[in-house]
Amino acid sequence: MANMGAAGKPPGKEAAGLRYPTNMKTIYNRSLNRSKTSELSQASFAYLFSEMVSYAQKRVTGIQDLEKRLNHQGHPIGLKLLDLLLIREPPRSQTRPLTIISLLHFIKINVWQHLFGRQADRLEKSSNPDTPDEYMIVDNEPLVNAYISVPKEMSQLNCAAYVAGIIEGVCDGAAFPARVTAHTVGGKEEGEMWPGKTVFLVKFQGEVLEREALIGKG
Amino acid sequence: MSYYFAIIGTQDNPLFEYEFGTSKQGGDGQSRFSEQARHLNQFILHSSLDIVEEAQWTSGQLYLKVIDKFFNNYISCFITAGNIKFLLLQQPTTPVGSTSTRNSTSIGANPTSPQAEEAIKNFFTEVYENYVKAIMSPFYKVNMEIKSPVFRARVAAAGRKYL
Repeated sequence: MANMGAAGKPPGKEAAGLRYPTNMKTIYNRSLNRSKTSELSQASFAYLFSEMVSYAQKRVTGIQDLEKRLNHQGHPIGLKLLDLLLIREPPRSQTRPLTIISLLHFIKINVWQHLFGRQADRLEKSSNPDTPDEYMIVDNEPLVNAYISVPKEMSQLNCAAYVAGIIEGVCDGAAFPARVTAHTVGGKEEGEMWPGKTVFLVKFQGEVLEREALIGKG
Repeated sequence: MSYYFAIIGTQDNPLFEYEFGTSKQGGDGQSRFSEQARHLNQFILHSSLDIVEEAQWTSGQLYLKVIDKFFNNYISCFITAGNIKFLLLQQPTTPVGSTSTRNSTSIGANPTSPQAEEAIKNFFTEVYENYVKAIMSPFYKVNMEIKSPVFRARVAAAGRKYL
């Protein structure tokens, strides 16, 4: 690296060329802990999110492509959220998730609480013996979809693909590479309790299960 | 006592490195590595990554303590949730064992003593906090080199404070 030779010197010298904000406060002066009250307005989020969806919709050929773009927008957030939420834990319980279950619990509880102010509704493991690598996180009413009405011809689309991207980022960051997709499962008929019910299908890669088996033996 | 600290990304790519000496017991904070050792340090540090990868799945702790030793070099590891490794190589001025038992409790003389472990833990924890702040920047992508002089100054301050 370029600054190898400079190691050990007072760092003030290297600061030349860096522009500080007028109050001299950088990102390093800010606290990582957020107070309970500093929540964001849902209206402004909905507005921003609708713009993100229409931005992703430009120059795409199909619904899959659009969902993939939304997924990509969420991915880096997940990667960063993982470290941020861990450092906010009390020091005693600061541990890295080592198993699939502890990782999914972290997502269901910590990530959901941080993003949506509540826990995810359910956590399920695929009952199909052919797909032991699939897990499902169920959200009855995804916050991101609150003000989104999907046109009939695009009924396959679920904009919670963005949240799926965040989950994928958390999994990838924790060294559990996975593919995460969002699927609408709520019934369309009258009287349905949760018409917007969404399942996030988490499909881990083979090596994760392999390692899990090794750790279990242990 | 000289220290060499590096942050290693998920692709085993270095993101940040910093060299310093002890500031405790009248130390001037300057490292005392020879020119040759400087190159060797990078090798030693990276060669311990294999051990880190084994150790990281046996315990969920972030701080893995001293995980590797190469002659008179001790390597401590701290691993973040995002699988970024903080590695600290420490080289006591006099090889461990040749010092008298009287000062073996000092951080400098015995890198595996509980006091030294605690001091390094505090150092890593402070660096971790600053690292998380660094990645909170919307312009930073995971595995990018950390170039911020403010971050470098913060690491230097943590080094002075604890080691």
